[in-house]
Amino acid sequence: MQYGAPGQGRHFFMPHRTFVWLCLLPLAVLTAAFFLLPMARLVVTGAEGPQGLAGYLAILVEPRYRATLINTVLLSAATTIVTLIIATVAGMFLQRHRFPGRAVLIAMLTFPLAFPGVVVGFLIILLAGRQGLIGDLSNRLFGEKLVFAYSIFGLFLGYLYFSIPRVILTIMAAVQKLDVGLEEAARSLGASPWAVQRDVVLPALGPAFVASGAIAFATAMGAFGTAFTLATNIDVLPMLIYTEFTLAANFATSAALSVGLGIIAWAILALARSFSGSAVAAAG
Amino acid sequence: MRIESCGKTFADGTRALEPATLDIARGETLVLLGPSGCGKTTMLRIIAGLELPDAGGRVLFDGNDMTSVPIERRNVGMVFQSYALFPNMSVADNIGYGLRIRGMARQERAARVAELVALTNISGLENRRVDQLSGGQRQRVALARAVAVRPGILLLDEPLTALDAALRDRLRGELNRLLRALGITTIYVTHDQSEAMELGDRIVVMEKGAIAQIGTPREIYFMPKNRFVAEFIGAANIVEAPVENGHLVLPGGRQPIGGGASRAAAVAMIRPETIWIVAEGGAPLSGIIDSVSFIGDRQRMVVSGASDKLLTIDAPNTIKAQPGERIGLLITPEAVRLLPAEN
Repeated sequence: MQYGAPGQGRHFFMPHRTFVWLCLLPLAVLTAAFFLLPMARLVVTGAEGPQGLAGYLAILVEPRYRATLINTVLLSAATTIVTLIIATVAGMFLQRHRFPGRAVLIAMLTFPLAFPGVVVGFLIILLAGRQGLIGDLSNRLFGEKLVFAYSIFGLFLGYLYFSIPRVILTIMAAVQKLDVGLEEAARSLGASPWAVQRDVVLPALGPAFVASGAIAFATAMGAFGTAFTLATNIDVLPMLIYTEFTLAANFATSAALSVGLGIIAWAILALARSFSGSAVAAAG
Repeated sequence: MRIESCGKTFADGTRALEPATLDIARGETLVLLGPSGCGKTTMLRIIAGLELPDAGGRVLFDGNDMTSVPIERRNVGMVFQSYALFPNMSVADNIGYGLRIRGMARQERAARVAELVALTNISGLENRRVDQLSGGQRQRVALARAVAVRPGILLLDEPLTALDAALRDRLRGELNRLLRALGITTIYVTHDQSEAMELGDRIVVMEKGAIAQIGTPREIYFMPKNRFVAEFIGAANIVEAPVENGHLVLPGGRQPIGGGASRAAAVAMIRPETIWIVAEGGAPLSGIIDSVSFIGDRQRMVVSGASDKLLTIDAPNTIKAQPGERIGLLITPEAVRLLPAEN
């Protein structure tokens, strides 16, 4: 091996700061090109309608828009809460008990993760649609066909089906990290199983509830495929945006609605996060 | 309190505890001592009600069968190795939790909490969060919380193990005074023999899921029943040699052990501090000093040639002796304890 003379092959020293900025460059380009610019354009478009900036106000003032907005938020909130309840009970059981078929059950529960919303909607129609299982069964039993796939309840079921797999995995991971000693300590002090859940387990799961609840809520707010398949009688915000955009070619309104949807979802998540902030810190 | 032939086999077939019977007197502090995996924690958890004993085992409190009573209705106080303080509650809420569960009125509860805060020396910390406490403070809060409900029996699972050595020594003394003052029946699990000696009225030495010996600290130290107990408690020289006419026949001489028995092979224990160093010829046993380490309050010498193995001696710190020197070793017959032969 040959060694170079001193001075040869000297390294080019790049200041550390420059290096960090260089590393950030791809992210900066990507953010600007695919996020900031279209977003800015969207915000501008929203104000370019016949009403100008007041187009944004229409989301809240126009009865149809406002009703849709309230519908969507309520539906998403209900989905989030019920998902959290089901996922917590099921996740706790699945994490704490070992039984034959457990792995298969977990795999089945998380199977719908990959389904697009349309498939979920299709499944709900198979269950509760006009030719659905429930309708068939109720027809034979009571002589009346029970059909609710196309109502808000069908949509709610679809959203549940969609969010449970996403939430249950987070909850299971959080349950696994729970300190069993805390539960034993509470029991040794006389706490009933219910009191242990209330005073120890649920507070400790708080951060997981916020994290997974936020994802469930945001997903429900923006869910389109399921709504597109099922929502014949009801309007949810993504459907409304779609209608305004493709059918009515009302670009300004659809842009304003999109921005509104984003802001509302973001605001509610921020609220949940700050509300649970103290709880998260306390559980730390 | 009595546990009766309580064994524990886990679902995977591991035998954690051989069926054991144990009586605990009211107000007594009983220490379960042994290396990790010896079954001491399992026994504590059976007493607590966190584990069910195998069929046939019974746990009795004051003559009442508590075996199937869950922990929340056994009125026990428990301190865990990790302390298991509730992170979502303040120090005062932690201490008062058991009282709140029992439905005690707010004012009464506050008074009891204040009493315990004073008793465990944690005044000023009442409103702190648990993660703002040091290890020693957490230990005190855990103890205060366990004692607050006036439990019939206090169970402590390695409560000092998580602390550093200096703090452990100090808290051990404090804990001892507190337990005596409360006069509460206590079961204390530890792997640290000095903790067991200081705190225990009686010590249960456990090995591989079975009770090796039960006795007062003195009995356990001076009269160990077998080699495991002898070696686990304090330092011990274990000597294997034949016995002739009441003498251990050793390479360095014939050491009297009292009596006139003879045995082809015997195992004897001699504590390091019971061996006195005298001039060569001044004792039936002699050997050569291998090494001397000055420890401060004493010096530890290792002597070869006296026994089949090296002998460890704790000598007074004033004796001047050099490695290589030939010395006499004076041991009273009572200081030699014969142990049952190994099987």
